[in-house]
Amino acid sequence: MNHDATLTTSQASGGRQPSESNSRTPHAPGADAPGSPTPPPPTPLDVDAIRAQFPILCKPLPNGKTLTYLDSGATAQKPTVVLDAMRDCFETYYSNVHRGKSTLGRLVTKAVEASREDCRRFLNAADVSEILFTAGTTAGLNLVAQTWGRANICEGDVIATTVLEHHANLVPWQMLAKETGAELRFLPLTDDGRVDMDRVDEALTDRCKLLAITACSNVLGTLPDVKALCDAARAVGAVSVVDAAQFVPHRRTDVRAWGCDFLVFGAHKLYGPTGVGVLYGKRELLDAMPPWQGGGNMISRVFADRSEWAEPPAKFEAGTPPIGEIVGLGAAVRWVEDLGWEALEAHDRELAAYLLERLEEVPGLTVYGPAANERAALASFTVDGAAAEDLNFLLDKRGIAVRHGHHCTMPLHDLLGVPATTRASLGVYNRAADVDELIEALLAARIRLRLA
Amino acid sequence: MSASPDTAASPVMTLDELREEFEFLGNWEDQCEFLIDVGMDLPKLPAEDKNEQTRVHGCQSLVWLTVDEADGRLKISAESDAMIVNGLIAVLLATFDRQTPEDALAVDVEEVFSSLGLDEHLSSARKSGLSGMVQRIRGEAARLRVEDAE
Repeated sequence: MNHDATLTTSQASGGRQPSESNSRTPHAPGADAPGSPTPPPPTPLDVDAIRAQFPILCKPLPNGKTLTYLDSGATAQKPTVVLDAMRDCFETYYSNVHRGKSTLGRLVTKAVEASREDCRRFLNAADVSEILFTAGTTAGLNLVAQTWGRANICEGDVIATTVLEHHANLVPWQMLAKETGAELRFLPLTDDGRVDMDRVDEALTDRCKLLAITACSNVLGTLPDVKALCDAARAVGAVSVVDAAQFVPHRRTDVRAWGCDFLVFGAHKLYGPTGVGVLYGKRELLDAMPPWQGGGNMISRVFADRSEWAEPPAKFEAGTPPIGEIVGLGAAVRWVEDLGWEALEAHDRELAAYLLERLEEVPGLTVYGPAANERAALASFTVDGAAAEDLNFLLDKRGIAVRHGHHCTMPLHDLLGVPATTRASLGVYNRAADVDELIEALLAARIRLRLA
Repeated sequence: MSASPDTAASPVMTLDELREEFEFLGNWEDQCEFLIDVGMDLPKLPAEDKNEQTRVHGCQSLVWLTVDEADGRLKISAESDAMIVNGLIAVLLATFDRQTPEDALAVDVEEVFSSLGLDEHLSSARKSGLSGMVQRIRGEAARLRVEDAE
């Protein structure tokens, strides 16, 4: 890994300098010429209508300010359809799932299985049995590490990953490596925080048995070429695990196009509830690997001294699942699909471009990671002389929600050489005006901190 | 609103002055603004004192802290890159600086924090950062007390 990499996109030292922004658009097809910070053109996405569906965006904060929510990378807000679907479940047909053959039991089972089918369609998985409900992204990754990993990783094997990873897609592999004697290797990154596709073989060697890769960095917004990486992993006989937690709200996911073996995401960053997520696994892998947690539902027959396992997905779903949350997840998936991926992705790209363009106006601000056209609509940055902690307070006071700290990516921050960054992460309900609010607040913060 | 400039300008406030100001401001948002003002006026550490030895870990922001002894009393200096944290350092200075090691060890720091409402308003991350600084001061005070006794 290249420790000299600064991973900086732009280093604005004074006013906006479009001529110096060429590093941001090195691969631009020539369409996005640098220009004045004009708001993006109207998109097919009716953002005002979308905002009206989010109750939290329509009411004042306790301090009377209007919420400018730029923290969707931490968790996304929930539209009424999701809240209504959960409420309807609890109010009209709630009971335990897969258990009794009662009227309610049939209704709730039907709803949970309908959500599973929604998730299959959402990921373009081949079969609904490849969709496992988990407690979230972290649980899904630990499940793969503790089942497929323990059954297949041996001493001397290589587990390949990147320093872009969230701790959830790093620590389980560290634990597995320690337990098995395997070696963790990191795919080298380019200076702007992308996976260096010319050097993947440095980690993807013949000894590599598993590649764990994010589809979207939660700090840099980097969108690795997941298909190429899964192909490269397969070429050396390694299984691929994709952390799509940050990716799913920004771009269309297609597990069959990617050819990944496992993929995880959580509902709560996709406008759904917390406490539930999906682990996609290829059926033949799910059949071959041992279960993780033992308990009810995951067995076909229990004897006093041993048990036989149920077929996937039940094999990996011990105990009562988060029923209302699964129903909410299905509603969230359908809601996102109904917006249309073309419109949603176009909106995301426009927001990313506008965010990076306007951040350049803040003196002393450094954005980390790749150019706008290589990232999802999020940016982590530092401002010379202004600690992330102070910025967070000054932004929060104005009703602007961002996140500051290491964002569960300490190794990446070590590489960046900063203890903390401030992250603005945008969602489907964000507008150019939210970015304008952020810029105004950052300029005001610099004055408050006597930097201007 | 923010604190009156002449109050904030004094780099070393007493605990009573801090309590008075906090009471006057009443709400946490304004108290935080006040901490920023106080923090920005906090005397800086010399560059050579900002090193790995003096670094206090466990804080969200960078913090360096030194404890010396002069005339049998603690001489504490500290600095953070975050102004809010510098404001909290001012609270620690008001509590511990220029005390004898003995007196510093006898301070009920929880009582000090709660008298300012800090226990209620600080996030757990900030509390753990603050307690890291308190531990450093207490550790040095304990070491100096032993040295004095010898």
